[in-house]
Amino acid sequence: MLLILVLSIFPLVASIALSLSRLAFHQGGVDLKFIGFTNYQQLLFGLERSHFLGVLKSPSPLGWAIVIATVGLSAYAWVRAARSGRVRPIGLVLRLIGGALLVGFVWIVVQALVSDGGRPGALIVTLIFVFAGIVFQYALGLGLAMLAVQQVPWRRFFRIVFLIPLTITPVGVGYMFLMMTDTSKGPLEPIWVALGLRNFTWVTDPWLARLAVIIGDTWQWTPFVFIVLLAALESLDQEVREAALVDGAGRWQSFRHITMPAILPVTTTIVLIRLIEGFKIIDMPNILLGGGPGTATQSMTLQAYIDWNTLNLGRSAAIAYLLLILVSVVATVYVGFVRRRVTDLA
Amino acid sequence: MKNPFARRSVTDLSPPAKLGAFVVLLIWAFVVLFPIYWLFVTSFKTPYQVDKGPFYIPFVDFQPTLAAWRYILVELGNDTLRPYTNTVIVGLSSSVIALVLGSFAAYALVRFTYRARVGIIGLGIGSVAFGFIATALGAPAAIAFGSAIAIFAILAQAVGRRFTRAMGNSDIAFWLISQRILPPIAIAIPLYVLYQQIGLLDNIIALIITYVAANLPIVVWLMRDYFASLPRELEESAAVDGASIYRIVRSIVLPISVPGLVATFLIVLIFAWNEFLIALVLTSANAQTMPLQVAAQNATRGPQWWAMSVLILIMIAPVVIMAILLERYITKGILVGALKG
Repeated sequence: MLLILVLSIFPLVASIALSLSRLAFHQGGVDLKFIGFTNYQQLLFGLERSHFLGVLKSPSPLGWAIVIATVGLSAYAWVRAARSGRVRPIGLVLRLIGGALLVGFVWIVVQALVSDGGRPGALIVTLIFVFAGIVFQYALGLGLAMLAVQQVPWRRFFRIVFLIPLTITPVGVGYMFLMMTDTSKGPLEPIWVALGLRNFTWVTDPWLARLAVIIGDTWQWTPFVFIVLLAALESLDQEVREAALVDGAGRWQSFRHITMPAILPVTTTIVLIRLIEGFKIIDMPNILLGGGPGTATQSMTLQAYIDWNTLNLGRSAAIAYLLLILVSVVATVYVGFVRRRVTDLA
Repeated sequence: MKNPFARRSVTDLSPPAKLGAFVVLLIWAFVVLFPIYWLFVTSFKTPYQVDKGPFYIPFVDFQPTLAAWRYILVELGNDTLRPYTNTVIVGLSSSVIALVLGSFAAYALVRFTYRARVGIIGLGIGSVAFGFIATALGAPAAIAFGSAIAIFAILAQAVGRRFTRAMGNSDIAFWLISQRILPPIAIAIPLYVLYQQIGLLDNIIALIITYVAANLPIVVWLMRDYFASLPRELEESAAVDGASIYRIVRSIVLPISVPGLVATFLIVLIFAWNEFLIALVLTSANAQTMPLQVAAQNATRGPQWWAMSVLILIMIAPVVIMAILLERYITKGILVGALKG
């Protein structure tokens, strides 16, 4: 146990030190040179900002509307919390800070996505991958698990087959999708030809490229949601459902009031694990598109990896640390608001 | 002949709905299997056939060859076998250890209440960090950690009295999962230095330890939910009857949580089986694992699709066999029977 503690704390401390320094080459070796917060400063405000946060332009009218709506909603939620009298002053201060962070974050996203000439950087691209991925994977995984617990023919076959994508190493899945998406040699070539897209490549359009990454990610990770939910559904007490159905409850009602509450805790865990793992996405965008076109599919981990490969270890560690902070904030908020509420319900 | 879509119980679907479910499952099975089939046929192709365009069916579209299989299994021989056995050993042992440790931790988090003082924890982490920083700055390890322990001991008493806020079970669980947040790329170099110091580089023991540490949080979180969904009454009645806590866990809790245990085991096994970046940094020749071999097929001549397909296929085979063997345990009925008694 102590060993595991050391294993988890040592890298944490060591990479802080790394993120505050730069590799300096000199005769006979390398040295870590302390340079303070320069790495972070470059990423957030300096010459790497367009790469990390994106090209930020002033928002279009729709963008302004989104920003104003966010400000309004957070202000409304804060006033309500303040009026309710159940929140302690320190909680109000924390919520104020959280609200300010949220607005600032929406401001950046809107500048990058809902503006003329704006372009999202690694941070926003990662968020897109994570959230789109979780939505698709959870919806598919839950649906398939619900169907696979039924007494359908071949159900053992389905249950095993559905696991297969997860068993392939992520690097392998990346190369496999590279084969599948090849428009001239891949197996889907007749379809591309029929659509008149023979010489088309995924690399031309940033959003298509991102879509390809999300499809690959979903193919690979849906089984994870599937198997965990399957085990949860199978350990449900069938008699309660049976009794409800005999008493004339509809299928939707029995799902809503019996199945859903029972699988909610494990659902929140799956989402949390996928959230944490999803932020580390690297193989699919790297192998499929090399992070391209331009930097359109570069996730934060991929950017860190590229910096790492070019021996810019300090900046790589700085990106990893920013990722750590981002995921910690998202996960804390998620656990604080969603999971506690759900556990109280169940 | 019996209609396979007939309704069998009240909770069962009606025949048309069942047919619909079957068709949907079939479609997804096709989506899953088609890329695998493509890997399969690619593994029997020559480089020329891969390059020439899509050929789908062996013997009809193209003349299959065993060249890639022979290359991987015979010509590379030991260079395939060594990473393969490494992967099997590392995957199985790390996931079994993680499952055992993690399940006990999860059970403890569900059934017992822990309250650790925030101040003490913060101080403990601070002292450890101090030790590391002092070592990094050049102080001898013994002195650095000795003084860190001293600082901890001196301040612990004062802090313990001052800060009454405590951390509950969910905080401990959250701390555990937070260990997975830092991307492997940031962990890799510190781990490299750490294992270099203790002389475990290119050793599968280093991989096993690292994967246990990495997979433990996942086991704890998943098993915590499964354990929490078990009815408490069963354990309470056993406790009233005088069963010890170990006996309760062994003969009641473990048997009825088999579906969760199996699903969790498969997941952590797969994670350890497929881990790439940490294996890349920590191993060089002896302890290499299969994911590195797969990635290595993207050589200077471009990806060697045929060889890569063979490697992926032989890599997933054991996991799929394991899934076939274990799938039967992810099934209902065990819990229901226990409750009736």
